[in-house]
Amino acid sequence: MCPGCDIALAMQGVASTAHLSLAELADDAARTRLIPGVESDYPDDEPPLYVARKKIYPQRVTGTYRRVKWAVLIITLGIYYILPFVRWDRGPHAPSQAVLLDFPNRRFYFFFIEIWPQEVYYLTGLLILAAMALFLMNAVAGRVWCGYLCPQTVWTDLFQTIERWTEGDRREHMQRDREPWTLDRLARTGTKHFLWLMIAWWTGGAWVLYFADAPTIVRDLATFQAPLVAYVFIGLLTFTTYVLAGWMREQVCVYMCPWPRIQAALTDEYALNVTYRYDRGEPRASLKKASALHEQGLPAGDCIECLQCVHVCPTGVDIRGGPDLGCIQCGLCIDACDAVMKKIGRPTRLIAYDTDINIKRRQQGEKPFYRIVRTRTVLYAVIIAVVGAVMTYTLATRHNDAVSVIHDRNPLFVRLSDGSLRNAYALRILNKSLESRSFLLKIAGLPDADIDVTGSSTFYGADPLIEVGPDQSREIRVLVTERERLTPAASIPITFTVVPRAGGTPASATDHFFAP
Amino acid sequence: MSGQKKVEPKPQAPTGTTGHEWDGIEELNTPLPRWWLWLFYATIVWSIGYWVVYPTWPLVSSYSNGLFNSHTRSAVATDLAALQEQRGPMMAKLSSASLQEIETTPELLDFARALGRRAFADNCAPCHGAGGGGVKGYPNLNDNDWLWGGTLDQIAQTITHGVRAGDDAGHQGSMPAFGRDGMLKPDEISTVADYVRSLSGLATAPGADLTRGAKIFADNCAVCHSPQGKGNRELGAPNLTDQIWLYASDKKTIMEGIINGRGGVMPAWGGKLDPVTIKALTVYVHTFGGGEQ
Repeated sequence: MCPGCDIALAMQGVASTAHLSLAELADDAARTRLIPGVESDYPDDEPPLYVARKKIYPQRVTGTYRRVKWAVLIITLGIYYILPFVRWDRGPHAPSQAVLLDFPNRRFYFFFIEIWPQEVYYLTGLLILAAMALFLMNAVAGRVWCGYLCPQTVWTDLFQTIERWTEGDRREHMQRDREPWTLDRLARTGTKHFLWLMIAWWTGGAWVLYFADAPTIVRDLATFQAPLVAYVFIGLLTFTTYVLAGWMREQVCVYMCPWPRIQAALTDEYALNVTYRYDRGEPRASLKKASALHEQGLPAGDCIECLQCVHVCPTGVDIRGGPDLGCIQCGLCIDACDAVMKKIGRPTRLIAYDTDINIKRRQQGEKPFYRIVRTRTVLYAVIIAVVGAVMTYTLATRHNDAVSVIHDRNPLFVRLSDGSLRNAYALRILNKSLESRSFLLKIAGLPDADIDVTGSSTFYGADPLIEVGPDQSREIRVLVTERERLTPAASIPITFTVVPRAGGTPASATDHFFAP
Repeated sequence: MSGQKKVEPKPQAPTGTTGHEWDGIEELNTPLPRWWLWLFYATIVWSIGYWVVYPTWPLVSSYSNGLFNSHTRSAVATDLAALQEQRGPMMAKLSSASLQEIETTPELLDFARALGRRAFADNCAPCHGAGGGGVKGYPNLNDNDWLWGGTLDQIAQTITHGVRAGDDAGHQGSMPAFGRDGMLKPDEISTVADYVRSLSGLATAPGADLTRGAKIFADNCAVCHSPQGKGNRELGAPNLTDQIWLYASDKKTIMEGIINGRGGVMPAWGGKLDPVTIKALTVYVHTFGGGEQ
């Protein structure tokens, strides 16, 4: 079989009547059962402290969920690799990369949004949204994240496709692994690792592009002019991608990831999960045995124990054993089982998105029910809506200027030789616009006070005029002098207001004027 | 379909339980993956690497040096050199610009004030306070009253050569101990102290003889503090007519000064700090708010 057909067929969405004959299915199942160690290598009373990983050979599969996974893979990886090259014109004073984490200048750019470090609370909002979206997905349809969207799943999927393409599908690959090393096998394995490393390297490379101007850094990387940290991170991410997607795979989900544990604690009995409908499937019997049982008037289930669901599983789980920590709920076993059911002329969806409640109801002859609208799904949706609305509102109405003030702590006030009192403040004026702007500084609360700004002698009328560069902040020292005797007030609230001279929303900050 | 019997799926390949059970929930005794064990061994190997490449082992009189010849002190020196390099161009500009130029160039002013802030915190804050607010005997640098002058050049002179610090170019004058050395009698000291308070409009003791006080002042104090009590910056004699008091304005403190004299000392920083730092300090102090033109 041509190795490239794997991807080609899947891409075209060819209906899965599978590439194995029924005889081959039975043979395959029998062979799997014969492999020693499937039950247990150790006596029960002496459990081992450490176990070796059992290599998983996921079999190629086609069908609805496989197509969904292909679509998600292409979209997510496409976004990841291409996004840094998308341009966004922000004028001469800001970078023209649509998505950029500019650490040296402490700015985050996302298309028309620019985030300053002071606004990092938007990240909090995003994290809340992400968590709630994850919980909502889980409450509706289980581990949607794990099965389709998680980077570990997407990259592992891609790496497994390459593995099947170079070293052959499940049976072929298992056969090769049992045989001694030949030039052909060496070439295939070598090609696989080369392709893996290329993808891993490109993954690390794309990561770096989010932190600097992408075209520039690509040129610098190629000419070895890029900063060392860029090479270090590319190396690091090449290594982690290669190891996690090529070698660790399901071990990451089973042993390293906290989400399966949290997910198991968060789920409830109404959440749809990839479920083996044992009410239909049990007792399992081969086609031949089933007809024999039927003749005797004994029950026989729809599961013919072909083990296709196990063979296609990327984490090596037997879904028929019930809910499993290792099951990422990618739905590939549904595709595999449906193909077999079609072939033997039985109804599909012996494995399907379902709940245990429905299985029990069907066993009692009741109709299944699906309850998507529940307290938790509504709550999650409401939280998502509220947080999303608050974030959108604050983003849409935020100003492009701001001011903050801090009173000098030592001394709190200064007595001048003529007896008047002076307080000093550090003001930071933020100009988030992309042009240089002048601000008028006004104070309210002390009508007769004089204002002085250290290092600035420009005034507009009686108000000091302060120039702040484009997309910058500027700290100024402001001296407020009160000539009148202040009695008895020891602390007078005052407000500093900066008014953009060319028009715009003023910003203000409050503090106090201290007197003895 | 004939499977009406309730069939529960069997759990997969059991690895046994720990024997613990709570409300029917048993704890599986799942073995660790072997790669976990390898990672543990790898960390041990990694730690051996540390022993070899970094200074680790204490020896009798020194310590093992390590292959990388890594030293935290030299790392600090490297960092400092990198900082000097980074500051280099601005330091050069600061070095060649006059104090007046620094104050009128916003870029230089910001740099000098940032540099001055650190230098002030390191060297001046112990006496003058973190923000130059001063304490009794140590002048407040924020106000507009200067003992030795508040222009840029005068401040630079004071910082460089100090006050009564043994530097020949520094400020020298001090207040004599009129009482201790027998130049004034106790009642004269009390009288002149009342007169001094009256100069800045402070309340005097009932029945104070201000005429006699003025006479004593003219005979003894006016030489330095000027006949009007406005002080003399050549001698560091404070202006007694304003609202600012280096020690305190109460009669007891004033009398203490007249009896024992005054002569606070400020170190000469010329030999301790480099000229650029002194420039930065000068500009920093001048822009506290009281600097004179």
